[in-house]
Amino acid sequence: MATAKKKLVQWEPTDIKKELLKKYPPKVARRRAKQILINEALENTTPEIVANVRTIPGIISMRGCTYAGCKGVIMGPTRDIVNLVHGPIGCSFYAWLTRRNQTDAGVDGENYMTYCFSTDMQDSDIIFGGEKKLAQAVQEIYDLFHPKAITIFATCPVGLIGDDIHNVARTMKEKFGDCNVFAFSCEGYKGVSQSAGHHIANNQVFTHMVGENNEEKAGEYKINLLGEYNIGGDGFEIDRILKKCGITTISTFSGNSTYDQFASAHMADLSCVMCHRSINYVADMMETKFGIPWIKVNFIGAKSTAKSLRKIAEYFGDQVLIDRVEAVIAEEMPAVDAVREEVLPRTTGKTAMIFVGGSRAHHYQDLFAEMGMKTISAGYEFAHRDDYEGREVIPFLKVDADSRNIEELEVEADPERFKARKTPQEYKQLEEAGYKFKEYDGIMPDMEKGALVIDDLNQYEAEKLVELMKPDIFCAGIKEKYSIQKLGVPMKQLHSYDSGGPYAGFRGAVNFYQEIDRLVNSKVWSYMKAPWQESPELSATYVWE
Amino acid sequence: MRKVAIYGKGGIGKSTTTQNTVAGLVAMGKKVMVVGCDPKADSTRLLLGGLAQKSVLDTLREEGEDVELDDLRKLGYGGTWCVESGGPEPGVGCAGRGIITSINMLEQLGAYAPSEGLDYAFYDVLGDVVCGGFAMPIRDGKAEEIYIVVSGEMMAMYAANNICKGIMKFAQSGKVRLGGLICNSRAVDNEREMIEELAKKIGTQMISFVPRDNDVQRAEINRKTVIEWNPEVKQADAYRDLAKAIDQNQNFVIPKPLAIEELEQLLLDYGLMEA
Repeated sequence: MATAKKKLVQWEPTDIKKELLKKYPPKVARRRAKQILINEALENTTPEIVANVRTIPGIISMRGCTYAGCKGVIMGPTRDIVNLVHGPIGCSFYAWLTRRNQTDAGVDGENYMTYCFSTDMQDSDIIFGGEKKLAQAVQEIYDLFHPKAITIFATCPVGLIGDDIHNVARTMKEKFGDCNVFAFSCEGYKGVSQSAGHHIANNQVFTHMVGENNEEKAGEYKINLLGEYNIGGDGFEIDRILKKCGITTISTFSGNSTYDQFASAHMADLSCVMCHRSINYVADMMETKFGIPWIKVNFIGAKSTAKSLRKIAEYFGDQVLIDRVEAVIAEEMPAVDAVREEVLPRTTGKTAMIFVGGSRAHHYQDLFAEMGMKTISAGYEFAHRDDYEGREVIPFLKVDADSRNIEELEVEADPERFKARKTPQEYKQLEEAGYKFKEYDGIMPDMEKGALVIDDLNQYEAEKLVELMKPDIFCAGIKEKYSIQKLGVPMKQLHSYDSGGPYAGFRGAVNFYQEIDRLVNSKVWSYMKAPWQESPELSATYVWE
Repeated sequence: MRKVAIYGKGGIGKSTTTQNTVAGLVAMGKKVMVVGCDPKADSTRLLLGGLAQKSVLDTLREEGEDVELDDLRKLGYGGTWCVESGGPEPGVGCAGRGIITSINMLEQLGAYAPSEGLDYAFYDVLGDVVCGGFAMPIRDGKAEEIYIVVSGEMMAMYAANNICKGIMKFAQSGKVRLGGLICNSRAVDNEREMIEELAKKIGTQMISFVPRDNDVQRAEINRKTVIEWNPEVKQADAYRDLAKAIDQNQNFVIPKPLAIEELEQLLLDYGLMEA
């Protein structure tokens, strides 16, 4: 059997790194070497990795563009805001419903996610400028739908010809009076990766929507869930659990979100950050401006979910909530454990590689660990150093031309609406009891010694890595899907979840156990080689020889 | 058919020189098409007697892709075909992309086809080669010979040298060559010698020295080329000579642009000698 034959050669991590770099010209190898790291526990610090730097031209990166991060990731999952793309049609079409973020149209039924709005720029719009056409498109949307808000996204050509989309947005907003119009300068070429797009999007969301609605919201234990995008229904599962615990979600940034959620986010009492990369700065701004503290949570993995729920309960410190959370965990866990124990004998000892996102590569290691699987190599596409090494490196991050290109909002305490959620005494008590606010240690402390941590993995290195380390499963995105499968290794998309999900929360964990069990134990991969590749041709000799 | 592009610093007299030279070629019996590549659309005014012409891009915008060649060009002095590429109003859109679009449209419609019987196509290009669009006439073998209009002023020479960098880049991958410098005199000291020396250093020739003469302005105010306005004046001879020189030119090179220090030295050696 093919599986029995592999893993004959045991590679040392240093040898693998050397192999990955061997084919590169010296200068490229030197640069890449700083992004490939063998994880080790240093005495007081985490080893330093280079991240959030431009991909070297010629390398086939897994990254997406700034526009993809802005339009696709952050604004895409919002249902009652019309997202209008100012550019040629392809930029809209290929960003249309491709991320599988699900939505519940709610009682009002207002949902524009299934639409694809574009100004469909033509040659003549490039030559003569596209501002008039853009204003016309905004007007048309307003007349047809009367949405609460219209947002405008710049594509590459818009930046080149200098259409002033912000001015168009301002003018139209004033003209309408009852529709918020604002724009994103998120030209695809603008940053190192989609991460720049997240930042541009979140800045505008914060500037133009957060704090618009000062109405008191009903419910207890009000939280914001930041950096949860409801892929494959993850957000629905998290909502189910939170609701069961009696926790009120004021807003989700931005899975299954609405205009009003953004506008009311400042009414929550705690921000829970899922994807640290795409949104930690929003959590910071919420704290500075409105006094809402934030904690890092993770709802990927049953144990992590339980841990996150307890952390939220501990913050509110209400025994009723603490008890209810414990009751929910106790109620949910048996079903999860049953499936886990069932798959465990088949999955224990298997290996995984994860190269996605800015948090997913970290979060999913928890799920694999619950299944007895080891993550032998992982890395992010677009994360920054703090997502690898922890937030304590933030003051030491190098500011370069690319990061300067992305606006950093200067926020100060709101004179009227800033409200400390707890007294300094209460914060101190929590912290003395070991409670950690705004803390994230990054992926590296949680990975095994000797595991390979690779930033911005590319097509060549992915194939090489699979060839050398032969993982039982490889997790990345659609661009990697088929090239990895061709190597005879099952591949799970952790951007869009293929056609599966949810994988968050308790029910999500069950889904994931079953899906991964099915993938890593499938026999189909052993039939990848044709018979003549396995055993050589029959040979014969002439009788007279 | 010979395909010629005229470049040079803004305001140096490209359009005036081009149209007057074309008039000289017409007088020699040549069939010429002039393509103005300037959003201001004023490259064919003298040949058309001031007639306002609808630009290619305006026509495309108003009538869509379904246009005929004769919607885009107009007959001017002595049977020259006049085309204005046109472009956006200042400060919006992309004029460079406009030039690419209109030249492609002319090609598609067969403006350069052998059946048109053209001896020359002239491109009169706006200012410097600032971006890809303005380099369009020298890319993909569209124009094959370039003449740079220059004077003895530092900035004009600097621009000429810069344009040579553009030509050099495209010459290495295509057929485009520099045919020479046209000195449109500003009556600067030692102008002729200085431009001759500049031409030599770049590896080309000063193909003609056009003296400064108010008859050019007089003809322009009458919306005519000098040759049409008064073929007897001395300046008409200057343009006839230039036309002849271009017609007989055999000297086509890949230019060797100068370093800025060399250029400054040239000015010191010639321009400021007496100072």
